[in-house]
Amino acid sequence: MSTITTISESVGANRIVPTIAIPYPVGNPNLSKVVEEDLREKLVRRAITALGTEVEETTYF
Amino acid sequence: MSYKVLYYVNQFFGQVGGEDKAGMAPVIKDEKVGPALGFDQLMGEDAEVVGTIICGDNFFNENNEEAVKFIIDAVSEKNPDLVVAGPAFNAGRYGMACAGVAKIVADELKIPVITGMYEENPGLETSRAKAIVVETTDSAAGMKKALATMSDLARKMLKGEKLGYPEDEGYFAQGKRLTVFSDKRGSERAVEMLLARFKGEEFKSELPMPVFDRVAPAAAIKDLSKAKIALVTSGGIVPNGNPDRIQSASAQKWGKYNIAGKDSLEGEFYTIHGGYDPVYANELPDRVAPLDMMRKFQKEGLIGEVYEYFYTTTGTGTSVGNSITFGSEIGKELKEAGVDAAILTST
Amino acid sequence: MNLELRKIEIKDVVFGEVPGVKDGVLTVCKQDIIDELMEDVNVKSIKVDIAKPGEKTRIIPVKDVIQPRIKVEGKGNGFPGVTSEMVQLGSGKVNVLDGVAVVTIGDIVGFQEGVIDMWGEGAKWTPFSKTLNIVVDIEPVEGLDPHTHEATVRVAGLKAAEFIGKAGKEAEAGVVDKYEMDDIFTETSKYPDLPKVAYVEMLISQGLLHDGYIYGVNSGKILPTLIHPNEELDGAVISGNCVAACDKITTYQHQNNSAILDLYNRHGKDINFVGVILTPELTTLEGKFRTCDYTAKLCRTLGVDGVVVSEEGYGNPDSDLLMICKRLEDSGIKTVLITDECSGWDGMSQPLADTTPEAVAVISTGNVSHVVELEPADRVIGSAEAIATLAGGWEGCLKEDGSMVCELNAVIGATSEIGYHNLTVELY
Repeated sequence: MSTITTISESVGANRIVPTIAIPYPVGNPNLSKVVEEDLREKLVRRAITALGTEVEETTYF
Repeated sequence: MSYKVLYYVNQFFGQVGGEDKAGMAPVIKDEKVGPALGFDQLMGEDAEVVGTIICGDNFFNENNEEAVKFIIDAVSEKNPDLVVAGPAFNAGRYGMACAGVAKIVADELKIPVITGMYEENPGLETSRAKAIVVETTDSAAGMKKALATMSDLARKMLKGEKLGYPEDEGYFAQGKRLTVFSDKRGSERAVEMLLARFKGEEFKSELPMPVFDRVAPAAAIKDLSKAKIALVTSGGIVPNGNPDRIQSASAQKWGKYNIAGKDSLEGEFYTIHGGYDPVYANELPDRVAPLDMMRKFQKEGLIGEVYEYFYTTTGTGTSVGNSITFGSEIGKELKEAGVDAAILTST
Repeated sequence: MNLELRKIEIKDVVFGEVPGVKDGVLTVCKQDIIDELMEDVNVKSIKVDIAKPGEKTRIIPVKDVIQPRIKVEGKGNGFPGVTSEMVQLGSGKVNVLDGVAVVTIGDIVGFQEGVIDMWGEGAKWTPFSKTLNIVVDIEPVEGLDPHTHEATVRVAGLKAAEFIGKAGKEAEAGVVDKYEMDDIFTETSKYPDLPKVAYVEMLISQGLLHDGYIYGVNSGKILPTLIHPNEELDGAVISGNCVAACDKITTYQHQNNSAILDLYNRHGKDINFVGVILTPELTTLEGKFRTCDYTAKLCRTLGVDGVVVSEEGYGNPDSDLLMICKRLEDSGIKTVLITDECSGWDGMSQPLADTTPEAVAVISTGNVSHVVELEPADRVIGSAEAIATLAGGWEGCLKEDGSMVCELNAVIGATSEIGYHNLTVELY
């Protein structure tokens, strides 16, 4: 899970979940608590989905 | 004073025989054999070859453990100031054996090693960072020149003198990026480089682009509801007070912290990462390492469990070399703990 | 625009009752400086010290370095938009207390502050060992949030420089550097055959201790913008005390931006220097794509043949640097990058966090993780213990005898990516 996915790709990560911003990858303090909670849940769910998915090369989730 | 040098050659240069003797077990002779003799003469009063190890190329590569033990014993007996191997020219197995000597002697026994190889020798890549590898021709016809260069460099190494540039001194760059003073400031060099580009003149980039390795993707987890998943971050999230004193930049270590029974990192953890505005991570560390969400999915049954330790370091300014070490060490622990997968978060 | 930087060569600084310059000696009044800075209700106390080149003095933790000046002709004294009213900068006559720097220290706000050694081994690694440093130690009132704390010490430093600069008002200037550049069309008609060159100055813009300011505007809030080089030389750009000490662009380095000066030096001779583009380094990928596209577009709009790009910081901004490079090279614009590198204590690691084949011409200003050993100081201004928590230091790096081991990371201006210092990296 990273924000600057260009770097993730350069260094050879295989399963990438793009995140929000460098100081708060899995969150967004600019949102209301409820909306941030929902965003955070969706991001982590995506990471778990990625772990359960076969990939052949760098893949974004 | 005269320094002591131990020499390593293969069966051919050790004058035992050709391919038919490539399986010979290592022996050590007190006299100077083959290139050791020429090298010794070139060193004159400065150093003396106190022994020659002769080992079959096939033996070294096929019975590596035994060969390694022999070399360690020989080094501890002769106590040399420098070990010379080869030159191996373009002989692949000989080159690999010289690289093996470099690994044992330079890397582990911390005694400097000098060898010589042709640029296509497969031994070069594994030895250049450890030993000084002199650039040679592809065949033994270049022996005289190779020994001359090797002895010049050996003399400097023994006396603790700084070696000059690889291209000037005739050895392969070790890949060490050394910070030095320039006679011009950086901005002036930049403008001059741009002018050279406009004029179509030659220029030399001071920073060749890095090349990163690739790894094959891990297989998917078949049944997530039984999976043990670990949380790993380079966002510098540590327990309040930073008990292990992990650096805020250019990390030299990683930490692991027990999160069993915790539903979130809030309140007990904060960030010591020097590369981003810490205010938002300090409010809720789970914005960087989302333990709370992992727990939620654990309770829902989407995943089996969250591994009881979470792993952390600081990513900013941390060298790729250190990152590789941290990754290998953490990966090993996770594997041994039966962890099925890890979620890595970066800032 | 027509700017004169009139340099008053200062050979010594002393405390006294009446501020002024006489025979190359600058007199500053300690109490006046304290009174001026105590005007801010967020400031609890101020201490002022002097550190001279060659003295066995260590200054730590340093936040910013600022050059004291006064504008003697034309508008825009101080730092418009921050410490004084907003006016257009870039023209007029400025008296510069040449050889003097205001150095701010004080209770630590973040990990990004650094060390200046005035003598010996340490002096070689920082450009600010050669200046007569007036060190202002700022203690803010308790209970400030981190962002207000940072703003308080930042503004206090700027005010101190502005206040001290007044001493040069009547002084006789030695060298007068003239910076004169008309609009792009006029300059191009003067030098039709010279290649057009722009300078892209990247500014880290990532929140607390990671922002630059342009006329007081946080660089994180802007699209890449074109400014006249004179504006920056005249104080339009200031440091938010950002990133690691070794490669933060201090306000002093903006006022004397070496990339601008070295391009100016060739203007009309080898190149036609058309301007400076300030580009924020943002924290989101969308933001990075937007600013990199926009920067390349500005360069194309200006019709330049070549660009010098300087980075600020390392890690994620490496990605911005290389994206800008790729976009420029793909447009046929020759590009030279200035960056530092993170190749580890042993120098054996890859130097950047990202890579692109288009980056064929790169200046390296040193390895931020290069380890240096610094002797014990006779006098420490600030807190020697701060080193343990700074980027580039670690627990135990300060020895009992007062010597310390640290990475260049912690040394102010050591690996300046605007090329202000003279380090480079060689491959062995």
